Amino acid sequence: MAHLARLARIDLSDAELDHLAPQLAVIVESVAKVSEVADDDVPPTSHPLPVTNVFRDDIVVPGLTAEEALSGAPDVDRRRFSVPRILGEEQ
Amino acid sequence: MISYEEALQTFEPVIGLEVHVELGTVSKMFCGCATEFGAEPNSQVCPTCLGLPGSLPVLNGAAVESAMRIGLALGCSIAEWCRFARKNYFYPDMPKNFQTSQYDEPIAYEGAVDVEVDAGTVTVGIERAHMEEDTGKSLHVGGATGRIHGASHSLVDYNRAGIPLIEIVTKPVTGADARAPEVARAYVGQLRELLLALGVSDVRMEQGSLRCDANVSLRPRGSDVLGTRTETKNVNSLRSIERAVRHEICRQAEVLLAGERVVQETRHWHEDTGVTTSGREKSDAEDYRYFPEPDLVPVAPSREWVDRLRATLPEPPHARRARLQQAWEFSDLEMRDVVGAGALELVDKTIEAGAAPQAARKWWLTELARRARADGVELVELPITPGQVAELQALVDAGRVNDKLARQVLEGVLAGEGSPEQVVAARGLEVVSDDGALGAAVDRAIASNPDVAAKIRDGKVAAAGALIGAVMKELRGQADAGRVRELVLQRLG
Repeated sequence: MAHLARLARIDLSDAELDHLAPQLAVIVESVAKVSEVADDDVPPTSHPLPVTNVFRDDIVVPGLTAEEALSGAPDVDRRRFSVPRILGEEQ
Repeated sequence: MISYEEALQTFEPVIGLEVHVELGTVSKMFCGCATEFGAEPNSQVCPTCLGLPGSLPVLNGAAVESAMRIGLALGCSIAEWCRFARKNYFYPDMPKNFQTSQYDEPIAYEGAVDVEVDAGTVTVGIERAHMEEDTGKSLHVGGATGRIHGASHSLVDYNRAGIPLIEIVTKPVTGADARAPEVARAYVGQLRELLLALGVSDVRMEQGSLRCDANVSLRPRGSDVLGTRTETKNVNSLRSIERAVRHEICRQAEVLLAGERVVQETRHWHEDTGVTTSGREKSDAEDYRYFPEPDLVPVAPSREWVDRLRATLPEPPHARRARLQQAWEFSDLEMRDVVGAGALELVDKTIEAGAAPQAARKWWLTELARRARADGVELVELPITPGQVAELQALVDAGRVNDKLARQVLEGVLAGEGSPEQVVAARGLEVVSDDGALGAAVDRAIASNPDVAAKIRDGKVAAAGALIGAVMKELRGQADAGRVRELVLQRLG
């Protein structure tokens, strides 16, 4: 639980971890039930529809202006989204 | 640090290369935003590449074709059916909090390329080539320039987020041994040529459209177990790749010889100091919690489509090299130097523009190579086109400039003063071949050097050099030396 919280960059207190851990356990158990029914010969479904190869043409379509794009940003500096100092580094 | 030779006495290096190529499509991978380099920050974005709620991706068909053509050119098999996957991580360069990538179902897999190095050919196995999207660009402010360390804020530009990216991963390259750094450089150089010939990317390393991560590990000589590897990022020129791999081999050897262990981590290459420094410890793949992307349907290229693309592949590089070498009448050594310097395309285009093969080769491998070395850039990055080099050579062939003046014209072109013709006109560099002007200068030289003139009259022709020198000096090097010599001997012979 603590590991997942760290990956998601969510700061949880010990009390919150204790509160959430049993809930996560329920989810894990429920998912495990599926594998009891589905044998190795049943591939996991990722897409419910038998559709493949949906493409668009390589054409430029107008998007947002920089003003529109930045309008929802908590902070803007030099036409960029300004975010607090990033701990760790790029992935 | 211990020397490269010492490191190799005890250990055998194994390398692996991951190359990211930005495709040259006009729109992004999953949305219609433009991909132009250098646009105003956040001016090429939309709800999809900003990861806004409710937006849905649609795959760029041209990017898929480019991915398949790259795969085919690398001798890979093309998947009959494959999916995208979400690579989950939380970092502001990816506003969706996941990168849409491919995980265990790459579009292309199992290929090989033959890489030519000085001592022969090394086969580099290709593990996979998969499709993904590029991330945004962060600018760290408040600390030392551009560095994350000590920064107070990061400013993010999402223009690059969502640009189609192909990641090409080699298998571990064993058997390159001491040539490992050279093989790494040659592989990326050849890959760049191939991508250029395919026309799928502008492959400009300095603009980041081709980026290389170099994996290096060492194992004791005689062992067949791979050692712990590091992944060096941020290696942005062919020269740096060679230097970074070499440095990392020495660094790891020192760690191992001191009885310590190599830490599996990413490392950062520092171009200025020539060393790598520790980055983060490598995350486990499971930390990324990959799962199939539900918003994109699978890609299932028909075999007819694959065959059609196969027919569009350019001539394979080795066949093309053999054909050009014969046409240009280059020796094996000359050809290898051209290829090794990354000048094949440039020389070819210069010859196409009218220069003789040997002249084209000479410009790129001497004057221009010297300039590129001095500036620490690749030949292709020099601000001169093959057409301009051919134009300069035409001036030499027509006798309008001599070698010395030609070098000055070249300086002018490189300094952005325009085409060779324009530089000649602006700097007044044309040779003086008008007999009236030359004759007057010769007469003045004879008059002011009576003793030299007397020697020549006595038959000491070698003394003519002094007079030719005086004339050249007076005309600031802009005289046709052969004609000056003729005029001197005419008058004194």
